[in-house]
Amino acid sequence: MAVRPIGAEIELTRPAMGVRRDSVAAVVRRFVRKKPLGAAGGVLVLIMVLTAIFADVLETHDPIATDAAATLARPGPAHWLGTDHLGRDIYSRIVHGARVSLIVGIGSTLLGSVLGGIIGLLSGYAGGKTDLIAQRLLDILQGLPLLVLALVMSASLGPSVQNVIIAISIPIVPRAARVIRASVLSIREMQYVEAARALGLRHLRIAFRHVLPNTIGPFIVLVTAQLGAAILVEAALSFLGLGVPEPYPSWGRMLSVSAAEYAQKAPHLVLFPGIAISLAVFGSNLFGDALRDTLDPRLRGG
Amino acid sequence: MKSYIAQRLVIAVLTLFGMSVVIFVLLRMAPGDIVDVLFSAAGYVNPSEKQAILRELGMDKPYWRQYVEWITQIFHGDLGKSYRYDLPAWQIIRPLLPVTIELAMLSTIVAVALGVPTGIVSAVRQDGLLDYAMRVFSLAGLSMPSFWLGMVIILALVSWLAWIPPLTYVRPTENFWLHAVQFMLPALAVGYRSSALIMRITRSAMLEVLREDYIRTAWAKGQGEWAVVWRHALKNAILPVVTVVGIEFAFLIGGLVVTETVFNLPGVARFLVEAILWRDYPIVQNLVMFIAIVVILSNLAVDLLYGLLDPRVRYA
Repeated sequence: MAVRPIGAEIELTRPAMGVRRDSVAAVVRRFVRKKPLGAAGGVLVLIMVLTAIFADVLETHDPIATDAAATLARPGPAHWLGTDHLGRDIYSRIVHGARVSLIVGIGSTLLGSVLGGIIGLLSGYAGGKTDLIAQRLLDILQGLPLLVLALVMSASLGPSVQNVIIAISIPIVPRAARVIRASVLSIREMQYVEAARALGLRHLRIAFRHVLPNTIGPFIVLVTAQLGAAILVEAALSFLGLGVPEPYPSWGRMLSVSAAEYAQKAPHLVLFPGIAISLAVFGSNLFGDALRDTLDPRLRGG
Repeated sequence: MKSYIAQRLVIAVLTLFGMSVVIFVLLRMAPGDIVDVLFSAAGYVNPSEKQAILRELGMDKPYWRQYVEWITQIFHGDLGKSYRYDLPAWQIIRPLLPVTIELAMLSTIVAVALGVPTGIVSAVRQDGLLDYAMRVFSLAGLSMPSFWLGMVIILALVSWLAWIPPLTYVRPTENFWLHAVQFMLPALAVGYRSSALIMRITRSAMLEVLREDYIRTAWAKGQGEWAVVWRHALKNAILPVVTVVGIEFAFLIGGLVVTETVFNLPGVARFLVEAILWRDYPIVQNLVMFIAIVVILSNLAVDLLYGLLDPRVRYA
């Protein structure tokens, strides 16, 4: 191979050179002005992240400690959101549940999106037979509803936090691969990629250094869009007893164990964990939508 | 057209075949089997008895033989025997099917009835107050776990109307109205969620169509809003909506898994969860394959419907 003209690679293969870079604060300010709903969603997500990080500070009781003297207590000054059938403080359990939901939600979304993204990148870049086979294999994974596949996966892997993350991430893989592949197909035909090829760069280098960075927009959109779905699947799995095991407090399981039985006597058992799930997912959906409108040029001005 | 269908059918069969391998492998990876579940209830394990049961169920054979036997059985129309109930799997699955199919259809009707009109109004009043309200309404549907919504509906009925929905399945022949109410509640909970996706796709398709030249012409001719929206725009915007409805119908089953549990309805989805917990492989395998077939068939149906709805679509 001839000496690689490094300068030329940078010169020819950097799209959008010299584009004005705004400060982070300016970007945020513009986002808030243009997408008030999206910003509100962002705030909800931020609150959830902060709650998860500072759960130990925010708790008023030990989330696992039972209290036989105060079972099914109504919301009040002693227990802000009441207690469950074992006397555990609902508020503290919800605060800690944010941790589980967020770890499982973000973990599975990232794992699935990165795996799917790499598959989509390689399959889209390679094209031809490789692409065709990869697509058919992904069809197999996509032929089942997300929850059904996650259900079978988590049952076969056994209950643990890591396994729940894996179980939820696998159904995300084909969805992520589709999105990234679609954008790779158009990027692949761009002139700067052709230039990189003309310079004699190796395919893997072109794929990862020159094509991949430009899929970051769709990738971010994908991750935010899947986050809400992943949190919902975690809740459903935990509700069915196939999710995060005891003693971790999980929103989904808080709804299952006691809620159905004691719902009439203590409706707060059903209401609060569900509201927590809904707000978290609502926030990430609002934020993800606004982000998609901002980052996806096809929808700009729509 | 014919070769297109043939090609799609071949791909569908290959996909189903791949899925059967995935499901089979996943289930064999699972820690513990039916015998462990049985013995854990009894509290002790008798090794020789365990071996006997395994042999009787054909679980002592190598995995590849178990797989081949399963597939051969399917082709003979035999779904195997349930480990747990010691009954033919088909005999157990068959009465569950109408419940889930009825629920899925009702949910789809709810989803379309809620999603399409809100999507149209939202597009026509783009960026107006009504648009924002409807978008938030639909996004809320996308954010609430449908099983939780179901629980809240039950709770609301109990505390406001002091009426408890029937806790066991009511046959339509027994009491039609009670049956209808019993099915409408979960259909509302599940359909609301699907309506959100249908609303969004309707809105974006309508927005696109409403910008077309022929719509401007229709306005210029002095046609009323009603005629422009319903007669001219909707016809061309409905295609992507049909796709989503078709995909959602198949994927509703995912949402039904939990909702059937909440409403205690004896359907396929709830039974799947039980069978998974019991490691009742013949039931799980065949139920999952059934769901996969429904998904693939409805995708195929959507593709074929395209040609009927849009004469411009040609199958190559």
